[in-house]
Amino acid sequence: MSVDRATVAKIASLARINMSEADLDTMVPEFNTILNFVDQLSEVDVSGVEPMTAVIPNKLRLRADAVNADPLTGGGIRDKILANAPVAEHGFFGVPKVIE
Amino acid sequence: MLALHWKNALALQLNRRSGGEMSNYRIQGATGEWEVVIGLEVHAQVTSEAKLFSSSSTQFGAEPNTQVSLIDAAMPGMLPVPNQECIRQAVRTGMAINAQINKYSRFDRKNYFYADLPQGYQISQLYHPIVGEGELLIEADEKAGLPEDKVIGIERIHVEQDAGKLMHDQHPTMSYVDLNRCGVALMEIVSRPDMTSPAEAGAYLAKLRSILRYVGSCDGNMDQGSMRADVNVSVRRPGEELGTRTETKNVNSVRFVMQVVEVEAQRQVDLIEDGGTVVQETRLFDPTSGTTRSMRSKEDAHDYRYFPDPDLLPVELDDAFLEDCKASLPELPDAKRARYIEKLGLSVYNARELTAEVETFGRFETLLAETAKILGKDESALATQVANWSLSIAPGVLKSLGDEANPAYSTAEAQAKILKMQDAGEISGGQAKEIYEIVLKTGRDAEEIAEAEGLKQVSDTGAIEAKIDEVLAANQDKVEQYRGGKDKLFGFFVGQTMKAMQGKGNPAVVNELLKQKLG
Repeated sequence: MSVDRATVAKIASLARINMSEADLDTMVPEFNTILNFVDQLSEVDVSGVEPMTAVIPNKLRLRADAVNADPLTGGGIRDKILANAPVAEHGFFGVPKVIE
Repeated sequence: MLALHWKNALALQLNRRSGGEMSNYRIQGATGEWEVVIGLEVHAQVTSEAKLFSSSSTQFGAEPNTQVSLIDAAMPGMLPVPNQECIRQAVRTGMAINAQINKYSRFDRKNYFYADLPQGYQISQLYHPIVGEGELLIEADEKAGLPEDKVIGIERIHVEQDAGKLMHDQHPTMSYVDLNRCGVALMEIVSRPDMTSPAEAGAYLAKLRSILRYVGSCDGNMDQGSMRADVNVSVRRPGEELGTRTETKNVNSVRFVMQVVEVEAQRQVDLIEDGGTVVQETRLFDPTSGTTRSMRSKEDAHDYRYFPDPDLLPVELDDAFLEDCKASLPELPDAKRARYIEKLGLSVYNARELTAEVETFGRFETLLAETAKILGKDESALATQVANWSLSIAPGVLKSLGDEANPAYSTAEAQAKILKMQDAGEISGGQAKEIYEIVLKTGRDAEEIAEAEGLKQVSDTGAIEAKIDEVLAANQDKVEQYRGGKDKLFGFFVGQTMKAMQGKGNPAVVNELLKQKLG
């Protein structure tokens, strides 16, 4: 499997990443190198094997419905949340106006 | 696919017809009749304390960005762990619409870049939703333009994350972002294109809201955005192939959904009849002008590049979990309505009015149980009296008093005492209202009010007989005419007797004694 220049340019635009022609010159072969590497997987015969999401028989863990049960995954940390914002005003992130 | 079918969870006793049949709603165009085809995608916020994949709070109206965790803000290295309650509520909702519950479901990433979604993708369920096909009954309501019962198919329910909120009007050059809502669990409930009139679309949304509120899986608060509908509309010549549809996003009331169907179908008919073509596109509804307009989104905006979320294992539900979900379901609207009609002997109208809202049937059932208890009677013997009281009399009194009434005094106990006195013939309907007024204003005991304020009707035969004798003595000529065959005069005697008793005579006793005396 490989991708062409137009596809790479489109993916970049969907992700809102600005890519110059020079960037595309390097990016297209890099994409294809990755795809070729992954393509090796299709050489494995998986007939008769159910599609799986993990090779270890793991079960999905569910969380109890409790607010801020774990300080690492709870709210109430606005300062931390906004710490890296280029602009933070009145407790909001400020972003360039995104309305037509 | 592993699946359980809950088709028989509820046996509907009501007459029904299958979905897909046509209502009589037609748009009269210049070139003939047009039929409308409608499907709704409803986003319902799942009732839970914490978000779908993090433990930050879901509470509405908090200070901006105070309910955002590192997961919600998509900080590198954070991993989502699903909230069991959100899964449970989606399953319970599925069961309430007789849907197939998928014991195996999975989360996918829907990729798009926007300021309200720091992850750059929404975690949703495209390929394996948690709930499969179900259905919902909309009841006949002649006045609302629904001549017959109709079953609307539901294609699926999947669970997904909500996005944050953008405010565009607070700053001249910037938009402000509040991520409090980001990551809150939503159910997306997708109907089949089975609706064919604004009335059906409105009834579908109202019924869905009612079911969600019965189940407790969504508060149904449309003002706060807890429920919003994407309305898919197309038009066609009766019986012909489906036309191209448009999708009007985020419509937040039953009335607006009906309005969107009406104006969007008319717009499409006008467009086609003028030689134009309907474009498949996303539109927005402007309630002020009552029109829809194109969102003019870029062509590739819908290239979501879905793929299974590698951070999340499949959701696998076991039988014990499903049994718990099923056991936790309350009696649902259709079953309750059928029971009210069949077991309690209520009219179709009363049953429908009482079962529409959780609060209404809650008040009714509490009052019915209380009244039956203090009277020692069967609930079915009192149901109609209590239903009329709950639906029209009590709300009427409350409304007429306005601010004078203290709703805290409207207890089931107080109302049951009034109904008891009325049932025993001690007070008339008018007196019941007067007593309830005083209860609402003062919180005094209903029986004490009846005594103290003289709000009782006289059932004592001796007292009534004495008044009747006076009336008959004063109207000898009319007595003669009555005995001579002028039956209509009976009403005159009743009126005169009641007047002599200042309206406090028990009408049944007055009638009975008058009949005896006039012989």
